[in-house]
Amino acid sequence: MPYDYRPFAYVAAPGLSAPEPRHKVVIVGAGPIGLAMALELANHGIPSTVLDDNNVVSVGSRAICWSKRSLEIMDRLGVGERARDKGVTWKIGRTFHRDAEVFNFDLLPEDGHKMPAFVNLQQYYVEEYLVEAAQANPLVDVRFLNKVTGLRQADDHAMVEIETPDGTYGLEAEYLIACDGAKSPLRGMMGLEFEGELFEEKFLICDLSFKADFPTERRFWFEPTFHAGQTALLHKQADDTFRIDLQLGWDADVEEEKKPENVRPRIAQFLGHDDFEIEWLSIYTFQCRRMERFVHDRVIFVGDSAHIVSPFGARGGNGGLQDVDALGWRLAAVLDGRAPAALLRDYDAERIHAADENILNSTRATRFMTPDDGVERLFRDQVLALAAKAPFARGWVNSGRLSVPCVYPLEDAADAAGLPAASRPGAVAPDAPQGNGWLMTALGGRMVVLGVGCTPPEVDGAACVTAEVNDHVRARYLGDAAQAVYLIRPDQVVAARWTDADAGAVSAAIARVWRTA
Amino acid sequence: MSALVTTPNLPDPDGFYAELLATHKGLTEAESHALNAQLVMILANHLGDREVLSEALALARQGMGEAQVSG
Ligand SMILES: Cc1cc2nc3c(=O)[nH]c(=O)nc-3n(C[C@H](O)[C@H](O)[C@H](O)COP(=O)(O)OP(=O)(O)OC[C@H]3O[C@@H](n4cnc5c(N)ncnc54)[C@H](O)[C@@H]3O)c2cc1C
Repeated sequence: MPYDYRPFAYVAAPGLSAPEPRHKVVIVGAGPIGLAMALELANHGIPSTVLDDNNVVSVGSRAICWSKRSLEIMDRLGVGERARDKGVTWKIGRTFHRDAEVFNFDLLPEDGHKMPAFVNLQQYYVEEYLVEAAQANPLVDVRFLNKVTGLRQADDHAMVEIETPDGTYGLEAEYLIACDGAKSPLRGMMGLEFEGELFEEKFLICDLSFKADFPTERRFWFEPTFHAGQTALLHKQADDTFRIDLQLGWDADVEEEKKPENVRPRIAQFLGHDDFEIEWLSIYTFQCRRMERFVHDRVIFVGDSAHIVSPFGARGGNGGLQDVDALGWRLAAVLDGRAPAALLRDYDAERIHAADENILNSTRATRFMTPDDGVERLFRDQVLALAAKAPFARGWVNSGRLSVPCVYPLEDAADAAGLPAASRPGAVAPDAPQGNGWLMTALGGRMVVLGVGCTPPEVDGAACVTAEVNDHVRARYLGDAAQAVYLIRPDQVVAARWTDADAGAVSAAIARVWRTA
Repeated sequence: MSALVTTPNLPDPDGFYAELLATHKGLTEAESHALNAQLVMILANHLGDREVLSEALALARQGMGEAQVSG
């Protein structure tokens, strides 16, 4: 069933008739990242205005795989359960070479998490849910058909010029957040570089729908007979829709490959029947690039505008949502005067670290899937050949290392030897069941001192939460220790931990997080 | 201190050398390249020591072409 693209209503902006007072935050781009950014800021009490040059959700087939961490972030924004329930939950991935299965993996064999390891959901649904949540939120003002055409910065604010169907107007904002996507016109207006690697390989992306049963798993083929010499990736999405990515090679004749009479037989061959509809067809080339810095005084880049990766590993949208996670609480504190502007440097450093990790992983996967002729191809092919006869080589087969949040290098954070690695400083606090609910929900989006097996010390500027100790909590937070105290940031990242903490040590760690020490 | 053993360590090197050549016997050049590639990976996994492997790669590359790029 094709998705029904309903245009969102355009409303003439107040600024068209009289100048608007300076806004705290203007966000350019109502893609998944801009919308999530607005909702996250609203969670921290900050109003924002979102400008988008378009008035429909993402057209066609783009992001489909949303990670556990993205679902947890969406949950804080009010759309996580909807996305999880509508999405297709999958755990098994199968990799084939020619037509034989080489190996398979189970994504998250661990239970005791509210959210699954991954769901597949078309990007347009995620955007639809986020737009609805944004429009229902009194702190978010989304303006469709508002295209930013100019940008200037002053010491304490930024100004944009905006084109609408009713003419042009200008807005001032204390901070401008550029969520305007991979081609980022704002990046261009500021003359900033976007460095990295372009992969010449072309991929054909196709959404198809059919009713027959097909397993809910990710399938990846190297050199399948239905698509000789290339790779193919198949995912199941919501509404009985499937997505297939076919590698075409850099010299492919795109127009020829796109013709249904060329695409259909390939699909029919691995499906085993010809009873399907093609709902979307497009061609992509992939790049791995990032900006040198994401924070440029009063203009902050978030999501695809700041960094792009090839989609193998699903690190684009998922990485962007983690940017939102890292920026929201910090920007809110800076705007409220609770923290110095220097705090935004931590967003820059942490997300550059993450972008580099994502780019490294995506680049390596793309290399493996599209090796250069010669020795690169030799080793790639021999890994595949070896995988069929030696278990170790299965782990060398790289069809994308799926997005997991990176562990930030918090070098000076307090840590206690012997506590589990999963909850070390810099890592996202692992979820666990708590009574009828979940630890993630109990943490929320605030600074928390979490006592595990003890009552946490009371300090200013953080909520005290005492965890219910069960097997999951013990494994993820205690190990062999009898008790522990965790300081958890508003983005649910562990900032420090102790087996024995006094209020003074915790307060000092909190001050370090806010850079108010 | 180098962890890679570069002094004699293998008993019967002549025997191993002969077996290595015998293993390649009857293969085309492309097949031999493939076999060697598999062999490198099998041995690397068996060795299981990243540092030693890096030293081995560097030693093999020594004197060939320009300085290598890592990554
Ligand atoms: C084939 C493919 C598969 C992918 N698969 C995955 C996946 O499985 N998982 C995943 O996490 N990610 C995936 N991605 C990446 C994901 O789609 C992007 O990372 C995500 O869309 C980035 O969101 P964004 O909000 O930063 O940018 P965009 O979604 O590009 O949104 C930018 C918005 O800014 C607006 N805009 C642009 N210029 C202006 C202007 N001048 N004025 C006003 N508005 C403007 C645009 O209209 C648009 O709405 C995939 C991408 C592709 C292409």
